[in-house]
Amino acid sequence: MGIRFILMVNKQGQTRLAQYYEYLTIEERRALEGEIVRKCLARNEQQCSFVEHRNYKIVYRRYASLFFLVGVDNEENELAILEFIHLLVETMDRHFGNVCELDIMFHLEKAHFMLEEMVMNGCIIETSKANILAPIQLMDKAS
Amino acid sequence: MNPFSSGTRLRDMIRAIRACKTAAEERAVVRKESAAIRAAVGESDNEYRHRNLAKLMFIHMLGYPTHFGQMECLKLIAASGFPEKRIGYLGLMLLLDERQEVLMLAALCSIRIIKKVPDLAENFMNPAASLLKEKHHGVLLTGLQLCTDLCKVSEEALEYFRKKCTESVVKALKDVANSPYAPEYDISGITDPFLHIRLLRFLRILGHGDADASDCMNDILAQVATKTESNKNAGNAILYECVETIMSIEDNSGLRVLAINILGRFLSNRDNNIRYVALNMLMRAITVDAQAVQRHRATILECVKDSDASIRKRALELLYLLVNESNVKSLTKELVEHLEVSEQEFKGDLTAKICSIIEKFSTEKIWYIDQMLKVLSEAGNFVKDEVWHALIVVISNASNLHGYTVRSLYKAVQTSGEQESLVRVAVWCIGEYGEMLVNSTGMLDIEEPITVTESDAVDVIEISLKNHTSDLTTRAMCLIALLKLSSRFPACSQRIKDIVVQNKGSLVLELQQRSIEFNSIIEKHQNIRSLLVERMPVLDEATYSGRRAGSLSATIPTSNGAAINLPNGVAKPTAPPLVDLLDLSSDDAPAPSSSGSGFLHDLLGVDLSPAPSQSGTSQAQKSGTDVLLDLLSIGTPPAQSSSFSSDILSTSQDNTTSSGNLQRLSSPSMPSAQISSAAGGSPIMDLLDGFAPNPATSDANGPVYPSVVAFESSSLKILFNFSKPPGNPQTTTIQATFTNKSPNTFTDFIFQAAVPKFLQLHLDPASSNTLPESGNGSITQDMRVTNSQHGKKSLVMRIRISYKVDSKDILEEGQINNFPRGL
Repeated sequence: MGIRFILMVNKQGQTRLAQYYEYLTIEERRALEGEIVRKCLARNEQQCSFVEHRNYKIVYRRYASLFFLVGVDNEENELAILEFIHLLVETMDRHFGNVCELDIMFHLEKAHFMLEEMVMNGCIIETSKANILAPIQLMDKAS
Repeated sequence: MNPFSSGTRLRDMIRAIRACKTAAEERAVVRKESAAIRAAVGESDNEYRHRNLAKLMFIHMLGYPTHFGQMECLKLIAASGFPEKRIGYLGLMLLLDERQEVLMLAALCSIRIIKKVPDLAENFMNPAASLLKEKHHGVLLTGLQLCTDLCKVSEEALEYFRKKCTESVVKALKDVANSPYAPEYDISGITDPFLHIRLLRFLRILGHGDADASDCMNDILAQVATKTESNKNAGNAILYECVETIMSIEDNSGLRVLAINILGRFLSNRDNNIRYVALNMLMRAITVDAQAVQRHRATILECVKDSDASIRKRALELLYLLVNESNVKSLTKELVEHLEVSEQEFKGDLTAKICSIIEKFSTEKIWYIDQMLKVLSEAGNFVKDEVWHALIVVISNASNLHGYTVRSLYKAVQTSGEQESLVRVAVWCIGEYGEMLVNSTGMLDIEEPITVTESDAVDVIEISLKNHTSDLTTRAMCLIALLKLSSRFPACSQRIKDIVVQNKGSLVLELQQRSIEFNSIIEKHQNIRSLLVERMPVLDEATYSGRRAGSLSATIPTSNGAAINLPNGVAKPTAPPLVDLLDLSSDDAPAPSSSGSGFLHDLLGVDLSPAPSQSGTSQAQKSGTDVLLDLLSIGTPPAQSSSFSSDILSTSQDNTTSSGNLQRLSSPSMPSAQISSAAGGSPIMDLLDGFAPNPATSDANGPVYPSVVAFESSSLKILFNFSKPPGNPQTTTIQATFTNKSPNTFTDFIFQAAVPKFLQLHLDPASSNTLPESGNGSITQDMRVTNSQHGKKSLVMRIRISYKVDSKDILEEGQINNFPRGL
């Protein structure tokens, strides 16, 4: 299993989306998120996008005020995860049009649906934006 | 309509939460919303169910409990519309946690499936293989993942795929690598890099350890390695994966050269991300081609000095693997120089690595001592105890360097007096070899002569003793050094006495006692003083290194748990899980307080617990003065006579219990307690026991805990004795002693205990199951408790004792809450 968790956190350190692919209690999650966010937010633009924390490697990327953090294990290709984050953002961008923090907040379930289409059980399963968005558009039409 | 169930809209709730200025306000909003949702759940309101669930998901993400909404998810799943169903499933996945019964059932089910996996793997092999011929990327991706996982669990599956699929995977990679522009999958000019990576990864598994399969993929790997664009991240991700595959499959020197060259390019890249992965990769490449990695040594050394903590850490670990006999001197020099300018938080890691390199590769003692002194002067505060203990052992063995060392230390301590461990080593050496400092004995050619008077030497110790930053250990060492100097420098004797006397009123018992005793030695026992403070016998290196071997491996954890064969021929210690557990929050793994550290403490007499048996057994066979010296350094005159007898007692106990020996060595203050309980508390032992709850004992040796009466009823009494194995603060060994207070003999005596989840309990068999009447004997039983929340929660235990009196069953129960703190 490559990806352990995906977080979206804003500059103030508030979690905007959290998806875990392994079980952690809610207290453990809070603690983990706090530690990771503190570490990543303290780093500057020139430093590399990887931080080692506990037994995770965190691959992170910042888009405007929002940080995308992906926790992976040691086997994972870090550069590919960076590319995955970008793909995720592009997908959201295509759906929401100029996606911003508020889009994710107010359409949390849609953001989750997209993530579900792309990642299952910690593995990347779909990389085509059209394929990812098709079911979500269908659902929009239905409701 | 019920005013509660209509509630606020999701949008409004998010707005309200965002508007909160403080965490308390946020909690209030969430509480209000949760209450409204709970009311709606109670009303089983259909219309707003999905909205409520969406709210709950948001609340859950913020870290608040949402268990009351779990049933709602199931109801939504049962709804007819697709959007409702979907949000129901999403909620189910996010909100349900592993405590729930549903999941319990699911877990039971999957355990059964897992048990049958070997059979199932067979069933899956064929369909999985056919998935690999699919054209749809999503199917291909997941198919590859399935095959990869199957290969991991089943050797048979691996063989199967190797035979049947290698060619089709190679072809798939060829297709995707050569595919024309595909807008849907295109990422900066490359078609689906994710698929590339999966394919490469699967090839890695197929090729590993199999020459034929490796041969089959040579061409395509060469093509990917040479043709992939390296100016974009996506391309680099593929190259990175490709290099790793080349390194893992069977030998092909041409490809390896290609791969190493790619890494070289990566390493000199300006992008920090690329450099990071290059360092990561070189660490794996080192087993394949150490020579090639050595060529990049200079660049890696530069990375150690990088401003980015992630890169520094990787580089330092890589460099550590690169050190060998031929380059150790130059690398150590560079690293020590860097120590001066490195950031504070990096110094701990760096120091640990430097010390470990110095210890491992030192060929001559003078180099070892020189380098260690440099490290101590630069970063003495980061040096672990066992490192400077080892240094003292080495110094003590290098008799021709005593003079040189003490003079170097004297110079170093003038400029770096704030580095505590440097001060300790200096104080110890001046105490032992003070006259060599003053007389310039054993000058080496490389030394510049210095003039030090007797009073200069005493000055150093006095300053360290009075320095407010010095801790108890340092001060105690200072007092010993002063006592030794009082005999070596008779002219300063009066001054030393004055300094020693100043500590007579110290609030710390240890210092007060030493001060008073040493004062009386200086004052009243002139005739035997010089005998008392003779030089320490040479410390035995072999004993010492043997003792700390266990703790050493734990102090150099490397983050890659996987076993890598080091080129310098040292089996890599896999980081013990304990380190992982401890390493909760930071990059620098805190080494567990070492078990070995107590050793030198004892010999130096710094140990703060009354530990006569320790030094007694190791040196009892030496001359009488030695024994006396040990006793003095322990410094408990009332215990003197008794400690001799305790030696005898404890050695006699050794013969009976071999395991007692080990325990006694590692935690010196324990045996006295043990003996006293076994012997029913002889008066002499009580004397010793009286010292046990010394507040200062919570040193590296592991604290001593008072025994407690865990349970007492009209017929039965249970006494618990505690001890901790060294190096493992989470574990406590409890010895329970059962005494029968009633006039009837108990038979079929069984003791049971239960602990909460954060504890682990292991019960050893009891010494007997018959308990004689009226305290005419006792049963003992050992148990081990491991506290996963050590330091946060204290022990607690429920017990049940069953026994028969005149063939009548009796059951007693109780809860033990009076464990000493900190277990």
